[in-house]
Amino acid sequence: MYATGKYSSRGPALIPRMKTKHRIYYITLFSVVLLGLIATGMFQFWPHSIESAADWSLDKRSVHDAPLVRLPVSSPIPERGDLGCRMHTCFDVYRCGYNPKNRIKVYIYPLQKFVDELGVPISSTGLSREYNDLLSAISDSDFYTDDVTRACLFIPSIDVLNQNSLRIRETAQALAMLPRWDKGMNHLLFNMLPGGPPDYNTALDVPRDRALLAGGGFSTWTYRQGYDVSIPVYSPLSADVELPERQPGPRRYFILSSQTAIHREYRAELERLKEENGEALLLLDKCSNLSQGAAAARKRCYKGQVYDYPQILQESSFCVVLRGARLGQAALSDVLQAGCVPVILADSYILPFSEVLDWKRASVVIPEEKLSEMYTILKSIPHRQVEEMQRQARWFWEAYFSSMKAIGVTTLQIINDRIYPYAARTYEQWNNPPVVKWSSVNSPLFLPLIPPRAPGFTAVVLTYDRVESLFRVITEISKVPSLAKLLVVWNNQNKSPPEGEKKFKCPECTAIDGLSLDQTHMVERSECINKFASVFGTMPLKVVEHRADPVLYKDDFPEKLKSFPNIGSL
Amino acid sequence: MQAKKRYLILLSAGACLVLLSYLGGVQLPAASRSRHDRSRNGYRPDQPWPHFSDPLHLFLPWDETDTEEYNLHISPRQKRDVNTSVYKGKRCRMDSCFDFSLCHKNGFKVYVYPQQKGEKISESYQNILSTIEGSRFYTSDPGQACLFVLSLDTLDRDQLSPQYVHNLKTKVQNLPLWNDGRNHLIFNLYSGTWPDYTEDLGFDIGQAMLAKASISTENFRRNFDVSIPLFSKEHPRTGGERGYLKYNSIPPFRKYMLVFKGKRYLTGIGSDTRNALHHVHNAEDVVLLTTCKHGKDWQKHKDARCDKDNAEYDKYDYKEMLHNSTFCLVPRGRRLGSFRFLEALQAACVPVMLSNGWELPFSEIIDWNTAAVIGDERLLLQIPTTVRSIHQDKILSLRQQTQFLWEAYFSSVEKIVLTTLEIIQDRVLEHGSRSSLMWNSHPGGLFALPQYSGYLGDFPFYYATLGIKPYPKFTAVIHAVSPLVSQSQPILKLLVAVAKSQYCAQIIVLWNCDKPLPAKHRWPATSVPVIVIEGENKVSLDTTPLRIFPNLATLELMSKSFCLSVQVDFAFTVWQSFPERIVGYPARSHFWDSNKERWGYTSKWTNDYSMVLTGAAIYHRYYHHLYTNYLPTSLKSMVDQLANCEDILMNFLVSAVTKLPPIKVTQKKQYKETMMGQSSRASRWADPDHFAQRQTCMNKFASWFGAMPLVHSQMRLDPVLFKDQVSILRKKYRDIERL
Repeated sequence: MYATGKYSSRGPALIPRMKTKHRIYYITLFSVVLLGLIATGMFQFWPHSIESAADWSLDKRSVHDAPLVRLPVSSPIPERGDLGCRMHTCFDVYRCGYNPKNRIKVYIYPLQKFVDELGVPISSTGLSREYNDLLSAISDSDFYTDDVTRACLFIPSIDVLNQNSLRIRETAQALAMLPRWDKGMNHLLFNMLPGGPPDYNTALDVPRDRALLAGGGFSTWTYRQGYDVSIPVYSPLSADVELPERQPGPRRYFILSSQTAIHREYRAELERLKEENGEALLLLDKCSNLSQGAAAARKRCYKGQVYDYPQILQESSFCVVLRGARLGQAALSDVLQAGCVPVILADSYILPFSEVLDWKRASVVIPEEKLSEMYTILKSIPHRQVEEMQRQARWFWEAYFSSMKAIGVTTLQIINDRIYPYAARTYEQWNNPPVVKWSSVNSPLFLPLIPPRAPGFTAVVLTYDRVESLFRVITEISKVPSLAKLLVVWNNQNKSPPEGEKKFKCPECTAIDGLSLDQTHMVERSECINKFASVFGTMPLKVVEHRADPVLYKDDFPEKLKSFPNIGSL
Repeated sequence: MQAKKRYLILLSAGACLVLLSYLGGVQLPAASRSRHDRSRNGYRPDQPWPHFSDPLHLFLPWDETDTEEYNLHISPRQKRDVNTSVYKGKRCRMDSCFDFSLCHKNGFKVYVYPQQKGEKISESYQNILSTIEGSRFYTSDPGQACLFVLSLDTLDRDQLSPQYVHNLKTKVQNLPLWNDGRNHLIFNLYSGTWPDYTEDLGFDIGQAMLAKASISTENFRRNFDVSIPLFSKEHPRTGGERGYLKYNSIPPFRKYMLVFKGKRYLTGIGSDTRNALHHVHNAEDVVLLTTCKHGKDWQKHKDARCDKDNAEYDKYDYKEMLHNSTFCLVPRGRRLGSFRFLEALQAACVPVMLSNGWELPFSEIIDWNTAAVIGDERLLLQIPTTVRSIHQDKILSLRQQTQFLWEAYFSSVEKIVLTTLEIIQDRVLEHGSRSSLMWNSHPGGLFALPQYSGYLGDFPFYYATLGIKPYPKFTAVIHAVSPLVSQSQPILKLLVAVAKSQYCAQIIVLWNCDKPLPAKHRWPATSVPVIVIEGENKVSLDTTPLRIFPNLATLELMSKSFCLSVQVDFAFTVWQSFPERIVGYPARSHFWDSNKERWGYTSKWTNDYSMVLTGAAIYHRYYHHLYTNYLPTSLKSMVDQLANCEDILMNFLVSAVTKLPPIKVTQKKQYKETMMGQSSRASRWADPDHFAQRQTCMNKFASWFGAMPLVHSQMRLDPVLFKDQVSILRKKYRDIERL
């Protein structure tokens, strides 16, 4: 493009001196050149979109194109995973190093299809929609690198979200075959549904050496504090159903139980609570007349009456989230989305992202044993606290639960905060919903300190050209005992400040400067205030009706006994 | 000439064409090549994650219901019992090794075993025990207890130490209430000995919880043990020194960036990091000094650097460095924790931790990222770059937070012990426990009692953080101490005046007279509800149930106080700006009487004050709760017996919490009256005994708080335009002036 500009500017200067037939010839020649250049330019500046458009239409990537990898039976199996692992023992921090952005680099292994020697895949489902979403989101994030040598954290593309669909031994072998596995160092696995019948372990059963586990449903016995990350169980309804945010406040029901697979002992306990407290409780179960599937997941029933799920959750102040076979429940996500305060009954459960989220502000945790006292416990919570919890619950969902992207990026941010703790996100950043972030005031000088008088103060005098009033101010202020330093800022470029100690006297200075009486001045200042308020998005100034005076100000008391007798006489 | 030009043009046109084809040529093959590649294979291993767009399975199929089997399987109660029996020893958790039922009957009560004759107890442990015995958690009845604390000194379990208690194993096993250590709490500062310094205590602790210093993350049983700081023998029992930060300087940089001064071990556990410190030392703003001179035979292990290091070490003064450095390095010692940690914290020198695997003190509740830099021993060489990269705003905030944490949780043995107990209490109460915000922001967890309310907006401390305002109404409490005779009685005047205030929601009269209550018709008609509470002899706010104070502010008045509704209104608007302080009219002051070596109390007119009497003051309802629940029975019963000093105690409490003085608002003073009029009023204020009592109270209170919490102020808040030379009609609170 630059070349084009150069030629067209030189062309016209030459043309007038030539013969007409030549002129036509040259003009043609130039147009050809010009057209060519434009064409080249188009090619140079557009190729990306052309290419990606071509990609989109021509070669949609398919999971079926993933190369096949056959696992020999004798292929090594990683160790089970060390409960003593911590960042300083099992994580190679040198890979992350120091970088000015304080951000870890994450590499995602390309997709491979692992099969055993008979050709049977290691997983019944292969790559799931959620895991694909998760990896795609990570690859779009700032954490991502496609350069394996610069990576600090490695994410296998082997989907282990749901242990039920996995062949444990073969999955472990596949992990060990990853080119950078190296005893699982700096590898991160995502698992939401750990364990299987009959005991349902609370962490993924796949042996994984030193790999970090982002798991849904950890118990206090399997969770390695500061190493693993506790993540939510993603609810597929999050993508399908849109629940508009509801203002916090009282709801039609006080407590709602909507889970379908509640242990019969607990269901009996809930029924008893319902008998005692009647309408305040709503106890739902699955509908017997509906077949299973996506449609059934959207309905709940009580005595033949059908309710829409998850919409019904918005009608209750508190929603029960009871443990099932597993500690982590997808229902928690639905409940938060509805802005209903979760009542969590799952002993020893490590709540999602508990390392950074303050669940006490968004949920009520009750020991399973105390299920029968649930109603009394919840009734004792003040209304305003319930409202705050409702708001907080919804905010947690929006920020950290709503999509696989949110879950993935939050997990990486938590690990990032551990590696660069001095640049970690703060409690407020993690926990304050936007409405609080805007309205809260966090003074940079938050410590209640009453500074001693000894160091005194520095006076800064701004001046333009009124030397006389400046001198008067200086003379007056230099009498103040606690003055430590006096700084005069000369704001006038056209005139140099007075030199030396001319005379610090001002016989007839006028005290009032006319500025504040000037009408246009006032108008200007009002405009400023409006402009500032609109930039701040709110009016940060507050009106008070008081003023600070010395204790004995204008009291009927001998002046000579007052510390500041002259105040008010000006 | 023409030909020349023609050639020139042809040449340039040609050059242009060549350029064009070159540009195009480069571009085209590249594009076609890459396209070709992809269409051939559709897949390349080293390219970004391809966002597959095939229809994929859900990770959780709709029909995979969680629990058919689970429902048939064992009952959840059985499952819980299984957990309890399986997870013991190193895997103990509250769920498996703690009996919650002991705490449900009587609340969180702590029992201390009686001290055996002949058992030696170190001063530090004695301090711990007496703190517990003096706290509100203490019970002398083991039948009421939820938590048990041994009277056997377990602090120093280093076999080589003179404080080491022998035969602890049998002594512990023989305790009748031991019960395999269930619901027991064991305090420990040192464990293991040279050369490996294990974390084993040398006796079987069974299912007991540990409150231990220098605990490692591997051995730390999360939400079961408590990590406590290492403190020295000299650490004061109560009160404690305040932090060294007197004022904030901006920019917050000090003379040194990073300092350390300490021993170097040469060999053995924990020596690596300290041996490598000299690589980072630059003798300018990063001063890391080590000495080899310690122990008897240091000369034997001495290495090539020792002499140079020792010489450099002697050149600097530790205290000077501590006070003049922005960051202080806290590398591990033989054990993970070191004294340097608390020293740095107190000195407002931001600790830079180099102690991999140390579970930091009170890690369960303190967010250490707000007050320290957690470094990694493996990245020692990066530490200077890291601390230099920290923005000055962040340094300012880190530094202030060190001071907050020091004063809230570490400055005395009492604070360390109470924090430990409160952490355990929070676990026991679970749904009524403190949020992280309460622990990590002023005034800290010890002053923020979660039993009062779970809603942060019900406390006076978090309005700004949460961006909310205090509730705009108050409850007035009037102490009636004189009988009602006629309408002109001050109490009725007062009632009418207060009821007129636009912010008043209700009035409570505490009837403390020996005369019976007057008939209904004699009470004035008011627009707000009036509740009268009658007591046999003493009705105080202490005993008044909080249910009847739905509003957050309390206006407390004595029947003798005289005030106008406009004064009440003004005081309340001021209080809304300072909800965590006492705002009121009559002010008093304290002073140190150096002749008598005790605190003095004065009601003289002075230029400053440190107390505002609650005879006419507004303060947050929460302080009632704190008064009742935080203060020990000894102080409260003293106040009750004397029927005096309640207001002083309230001022002590509020200043201890806020670290700020109360606020005095405008009051018309009659100079003459106070000078000579006091005797003419038949008031107990004139009683010399009464005055002497108040002196005694002050000193009693100061000794319980461990320091004098009161702070002086020279400021009075008046209405804007107060006594200004403008028309009285422009003044909103003109009646205050007219008095």
